[in-house]
Amino acid sequence: MQTIEVKNLSFAYGEADVLRDVSFSFHESEILSVLGPNGAGKSTLFRCILGALKAYRGDILIGGTDTRTMTPKTLAGHIAYIPQIHRPSFGYTVSDVVLMGMTRQLSLFASPSAAHEQQAYGALQRLGMERFYQRDFGSLSGGEQQMVLIARAVAQGSRFLVMDEPTSALDYGNQMRVLNEIRRLTKEGYGVLLSTHNPQHALGYADRVLALSGGSVLADGDARETLTEELIRLLYGIDACFADTRAGRVIVPFVSGVP
Amino acid sequence: MNTRNQKTVSRRRVLLIGVALIVFFFASFAFGRYAVPVTDVIKILLKNCFGLPFKADWDANMEIAVMNVRLPRIVLACLVGCSLSGAGCAYQSVFRNPMAAPDILGASSGACFGAALAILLGRSSVGITISAFCFSILSLLLVYLIGSRVRGSRATSLLLAGIMIGSLFSAGTSYIKLVADPGNQLPAITYWLMGSLSGAKMRDLLFAAVPMGVGLLVLFILRWRVNLLTLHPDEARAMGTNTERLRFFVVSAATLLTAASVASSGMIGWVGLVIPNLCRKLIGNDNRYLLPASMLFGALFLLLVDDISRNLLAVEIPIGILTAFVGAPFFLYLMTRKEKA
Repeated sequence: MQTIEVKNLSFAYGEADVLRDVSFSFHESEILSVLGPNGAGKSTLFRCILGALKAYRGDILIGGTDTRTMTPKTLAGHIAYIPQIHRPSFGYTVSDVVLMGMTRQLSLFASPSAAHEQQAYGALQRLGMERFYQRDFGSLSGGEQQMVLIARAVAQGSRFLVMDEPTSALDYGNQMRVLNEIRRLTKEGYGVLLSTHNPQHALGYADRVLALSGGSVLADGDARETLTEELIRLLYGIDACFADTRAGRVIVPFVSGVP
Repeated sequence: MNTRNQKTVSRRRVLLIGVALIVFFFASFAFGRYAVPVTDVIKILLKNCFGLPFKADWDANMEIAVMNVRLPRIVLACLVGCSLSGAGCAYQSVFRNPMAAPDILGASSGACFGAALAILLGRSSVGITISAFCFSILSLLLVYLIGSRVRGSRATSLLLAGIMIGSLFSAGTSYIKLVADPGNQLPAITYWLMGSLSGAKMRDLLFAAVPMGVGLLVLFILRWRVNLLTLHPDEARAMGTNTERLRFFVVSAATLLTAASVASSGMIGWVGLVIPNLCRKLIGNDNRYLLPASMLFGALFLLLVDDISRNLLAVEIPIGILTAFVGAPFFLYLMTRKEKA
């Protein structure tokens, strides 16, 4: 089983420290959810892991190998990135979008072949999205777009998925559908690192929680044990009430003094 | 499973544009003040280019018109149209903006300054072309140098540097116009800046064809990868592409195309903006088909406009003026047309 280890990671934009001595690890078949208020350093952490930022101190290792020594192609073989859904600059079809996930398998001068198109179709099938193959990506709903981007990551063939707030732009139902799909992928062996603004999602779907505040790790551990009223207060400065229901534990946030 | 349907449509359309280009390429030889029948055109071309033994039963003037006047001009129109449209299409992807055009990085302003300077110094037409080309490349180097020192997104900093360098060179061109001899130099500069394919010679052609060939080839073989440049750089990199290197190759190729085009024919606007956008409507945004389609359609468009420019009136209309007359209203139509459901 492969592991991604982040060791004593620090990063600064000029004078401003964004990450301070962050250490954690995560492995295949688990969901690690990163929680933290805006500006806690979640995006910077992800950009370091994805190799977009290199001027950090500390190490990021995959299976013991320093990612700084890897080419983008090699790194893409280990980690796939699923961005927040956004309106693309140019409208592509769903097949074009998923085919881009094949980049690392193609030499610089090559275009995808029929075999690659079959693979892309197969990736959509794994997510039950194959009926959208010919559709315009822009004409899909937010939930469908997110699923297509997940299919693109599956087509990339890497074991780890990094997701930047995969549910933030989705409606209530699609949030649950996408999270369930991510859960299913971890059962197939994928390791998922995702950030979320909703502790409820971390509680319901993540195996582990990493709490970031001001660029430092505040807590790291099993989701049910780590997520407490105390942690919510420390992270977000509000109160929360936890309750166990027949559908699982729920978090109800509130601001003290307001009924 | 019907996955290749739409690709087949795109491929067929690219092919259709190619066929139209070939047809009009030969037909254009017949257009002109001096009428030459198409059959004679083909015979003259076959005889001179491939040494086929046709009996010269045509007027010698016809051969001169076809070989020395029309051939260089038609080939240059195709090359310049192809290059400008291909470059525009590539820049649009690099800057993730369909409004980008070949002169976006100041390459045209650099070329204009170079040309104006050469005219001021009384250089020959070859000297003007070389000076325009060199200043165009120089302006790109400056843009890259400055762009790499600006903080923030790479595409945006290139854009800002391009605007700045472009306006510096424009100011330089204005100054040269101010000090140029209003009797002969100023009109020459003004006419050059308008853009024209008239007076194309085989020699100019060879000079333009090499950088254009290199630029077109690079864009053509990288065409699928160009799609990745339209994504956020983090996203493209995470899929395993070296975005910096890819962007450098694509920008260099597109600039080479722009520099060679402007150097050999002056400022011909609108082709690089209108044609790629028209092709986006016809073919879609997948650069595998869009880039070849833009190149072919650009060649076809400039060829047709040049046919009009040299036949419409007794006095030739500079093609840069005509492309704007045709291009601007057409672009407005494209932008305001209702999207099909």
